[in-house]
Amino acid sequence: MKRIALLLVGLLGAGLVHADTTRISASHAWIRVLPGALPAGAYVVLRNDGDKPVALTGASTPDYGMAMLHRSTQSGGSSRMAMVDALPIPAHGTQALAPGGYHLMLMDARHPVQPGDTVRITLKFDNGVTLPVDFIARPAGALGDQG
Amino acid sequence: MKLPRTPRLALFLLSLAGILLLSACHRGSDLPFKLTDIGGHMPDLQFQLTDDNGKPASAADFRGKVVLLYFGYTHCPDVCPLTLAQLHAALQKLGKAADDVRILFVSVDPARDTPAVMHAYVNAFDKRAVGLTGSAGAIEALSKRYRSGFTREPASDGGNYEVTHSSAIYVFDRNGHARVLDANAPQEDLVHDLGLLLSNGTSP
Repeated sequence: MKRIALLLVGLLGAGLVHADTTRISASHAWIRVLPGALPAGAYVVLRNDGDKPVALTGASTPDYGMAMLHRSTQSGGSSRMAMVDALPIPAHGTQALAPGGYHLMLMDARHPVQPGDTVRITLKFDNGVTLPVDFIARPAGALGDQG
Repeated sequence: MKLPRTPRLALFLLSLAGILLLSACHRGSDLPFKLTDIGGHMPDLQFQLTDDNGKPASAADFRGKVVLLYFGYTHCPDVCPLTLAQLHAALQKLGKAADDVRILFVSVDPARDTPAVMHAYVNAFDKRAVGLTGSAGAIEALSKRYRSGFTREPASDGGNYEVTHSSAIYVFDRNGHARVLDANAPQEDLVHDLGLLLSNGTSP
């Protein structure tokens, strides 16, 4: 699994070499699949090897009608979810989309997505770069991209 | 609770007396909990809802079980599944003993959360999880009973709406008495306290 993820990161990195000022890569990409037509959360670790900060501004996938950038927050003993316009990734840094925080909310699946499936999601950044990433679909009870 | 003032005061005094009585009887028998001890500070488990098989369910149905009460909704793709996945992981650590635990997942979004939706949802996490839904009034009553507020507001994308809900987990002993509150504590604390309640945590 780890090897596949690394390979994926490598391939994505290689594909972006020509976009010289921005080198963005993704790893640990996974989706928590819930039963029926319920929306799913998607998670990924983004790495920016460029000299300038970039921001994730959106996502799209042929497998879902809608993909939105959201953030869950906890305060005063309650949880809430809000839309996020842009998620910055610092220069030479990483930003994780992880359970309980930033995530992509995938709605209106166009066909049933099962654990084990791969869903390609194209991430869009504020500098115009788009990054296709393969997310592995995991069961509802998963706590990460593996195990 | 829309009781007139006098009965409300009487109820309050009665519950206060109950708490004092309880603590007087059980001084020294307190368990060394790691989570927030709410024994005597929160009312016993009580509700009239519908379970995920579409059958009426009340607190009496869960006597003899250690109960984890959590409020959420199925159109919650991030925090609710994370919490349920973590509860499942905690129960796995307790092994066979956890068969006497029930996770009660109460929907604060009954308009969308039908028993059938709830059934598929809770079973995706743990066979010991029970989905509860019901009338808006019955759910509000249970939520208020544990001072666990929730609000619904229209979302910016039109058809959907966002829900703010309590993230706490209320833990009840086999007799339906509220014992500890888990508000984002480390997993081992919950495992520890459930172990205590499963082995000797009953109070009359």
